[in-house]
Amino acid sequence: MENYNLSHLKQLESEAIFVLREAAAQFDKPALLFSGGKDSIVMAYLAHKAFYPARIPFPLVHIDTGHNFAECLTFRDAFVEKYKTKLVVGSVQKSIDDGEAKEETGANASRNALQIVTLLDTIEKNNFDAAGGGGRRDEEKARAKERFFSHRNDFGEWQPQNQRPELWNIFNGRKQHGEHFRFFPISNWTEMDIWQYVKAEGIELPSLYFAREREVVERGGTLLEVNELIQPRDGEEVKTLMTRYRTMGDATITGAVLSDATCLDAIIEEVASARETERGNRADDKRSETSMEDRKKEGYF
Amino acid sequence: MSDTTGYLDMDLLRLTTAGSVDDGKSTLIGRLLYDSKNTFDDQMEAVESSSAKRGDENINLALLTDGLKAEREQGITIDVAYRYFATPKRKFIISDTPGHIQYTRNMVTGASTANLAIILVDARHGVIEQTMRHAFIASLLRIQHIVICVNKMDLVDYSEEAYNAVVEGFKQFASRLQNVVDVSFIPISALKGDNVVDPSENMDWYKGSTLLYHLETVYVGNQENHVEARFPVQWVIRPQSDEHHDFRGFAGRVAGGVFKPGDEIIVHPSGFTTKIKKIYSAEDEVEEAFSPLSVTMTTEDEIDICRGNMITKTNNLPEVSQNMDAMICWFSESVKLTNKAKYIIRHTSNEARAAVVEIKYKVNINTLHKIEDDKDFNLNDIGKISLRTSVPLIYDSYKKNRATGSFILVDPQTNETIAAGMIV
Repeated sequence: MENYNLSHLKQLESEAIFVLREAAAQFDKPALLFSGGKDSIVMAYLAHKAFYPARIPFPLVHIDTGHNFAECLTFRDAFVEKYKTKLVVGSVQKSIDDGEAKEETGANASRNALQIVTLLDTIEKNNFDAAGGGGRRDEEKARAKERFFSHRNDFGEWQPQNQRPELWNIFNGRKQHGEHFRFFPISNWTEMDIWQYVKAEGIELPSLYFAREREVVERGGTLLEVNELIQPRDGEEVKTLMTRYRTMGDATITGAVLSDATCLDAIIEEVASARETERGNRADDKRSETSMEDRKKEGYF
Repeated sequence: MSDTTGYLDMDLLRLTTAGSVDDGKSTLIGRLLYDSKNTFDDQMEAVESSSAKRGDENINLALLTDGLKAEREQGITIDVAYRYFATPKRKFIISDTPGHIQYTRNMVTGASTANLAIILVDARHGVIEQTMRHAFIASLLRIQHIVICVNKMDLVDYSEEAYNAVVEGFKQFASRLQNVVDVSFIPISALKGDNVVDPSENMDWYKGSTLLYHLETVYVGNQENHVEARFPVQWVIRPQSDEHHDFRGFAGRVAGGVFKPGDEIIVHPSGFTTKIKKIYSAEDEVEEAFSPLSVTMTTEDEIDICRGNMITKTNNLPEVSQNMDAMICWFSESVKLTNKAKYIIRHTSNEARAAVVEIKYKVNINTLHKIEDDKDFNLNDIGKISLRTSVPLIYDSYKKNRATGSFILVDPQTNETIAAGMIV
């Protein structure tokens, strides 16, 4: 008898491709949410694999907070060019200008929650009936309860207490007019799986993920790189430190971590011995114990 | 550089946990994560501060797994949650299924993708009705391995007699179950950590492995069917580009058996035959495809193949029929199972209408007796029915193949998933 065991990465890849193909088949106008972060890059790369040699049958949707890491935008445009996909940009700034969203004020203001308005608006204006996200269940406790196919009511809300049971790999994407779905092909991946896969497949990522010397200030326990969005405040000292990013969020609040990991092997080793969760450096999750749960219910990614 | 290639060879174990409300499931999972060093400092800080807020005496490891606000306030688990951890040997996916009112529904859901079930028994109470339910569901869903964790050993003075009573009680019951392949027993204290990750110092009389060691070493290669070749077509890839002008690929995930280029194949339900030309995994041509790989196939002849069709080899054919018997678990509180209604059935990549021809019986899942005088299916009820579908389904018995023998029923009015089915 030959050995027909698959490695965990191959099993996860196969599962993600299965989910992406189900989404393409079950929905009329699905899209993929693309932030330029590693999870959405891996998801889009898997979509390329799932439908090769045809093009990715989903437009990429970027919810642009206006608070971007410049490199993520360059990376996004290069990705769209390489895989010849369509790009749809929803602008948070425009939602603010149109009076649909209100900018937060105060010391730790961010545009994270404002993305909900822009996201739901973009889904509605483009008639998308499903939006794929790179959310992973290991990221956060509210995400641990997500389905692969996650139903949203006609207000775009997630109802965690009233989810459809999801058995075997049979997905129920049926919905009423006005409702939509989110789908999460890499639900079962961990941060470690992502990095191992990036290495195994040679997937390109923004250099923000790799350590180099950066000028940073420490604010609220988080290291923020000094750039056009972050200027040192009174009493804050600018230091030059070896840092990298573990996640890409709103650039005004997403912190870098101290790290010497300049290559993938070093990152994998670092992730293996990490003592903090990857979202530990995101001020949006620190607001309260339920901040992700609250945002998700309203329609967040 | 350190050896990171080792991680690439890990395999994957999917497990589910079952137990009654206070059997300590969440504590056990918390303990597994904590003692195997799969928790993070910021998580532990959050758990410590929540424990303090609740007035818990010790750090409450159960809080590592309790997700939503309502759950923490009420100290319950609402819905199936998924947890991940890894050791150098294996990656683990745990479906954590709650023990409250919808618990049969949740356990069936968690069990549907699991290779192994942990069933918790409180050493003080022994084998109770719920233990039998959990074991019945695990066997119904054909989980290969069951581990009975006799928990709260610290509350019975780590007594061997108490443990043996549970083992004997379970064995007596299990003789009435079908399908159970492998049952193991481990005495533990999730609260104190005995025999979860580290061997207990309080139970010299127990010579077996710890729970984690068992999870790391149990053989999982036998869950997939590598005999009967099955390939449900999910999607047809037609690039219509200059470069790949004539390409027509059939995309799907192998649900059983092994396919190779040159194999003689038959397409169901049309019955057309041809040969496999090539098999692709994205850009790469591969020499064979087996479950659960997602691949794309091309065929020698141009024949009509679409989503919902199934490609098989020409031996070991599946059933192709509009009639089937199935065991179902009913999930809905509001929709009734009747033989007047038409439901939507989703099976592999197929969707059809289904009507119930006959409700044969319900199972009393505490005694395993058949109930033939009450055929009203309510939330959590399990029983046997006969179905007729609007188009032929291409299926195997669930016993033969989990992927081609399973289906869900959907209510056409609300679009809710109202039942899970296993073809007999």
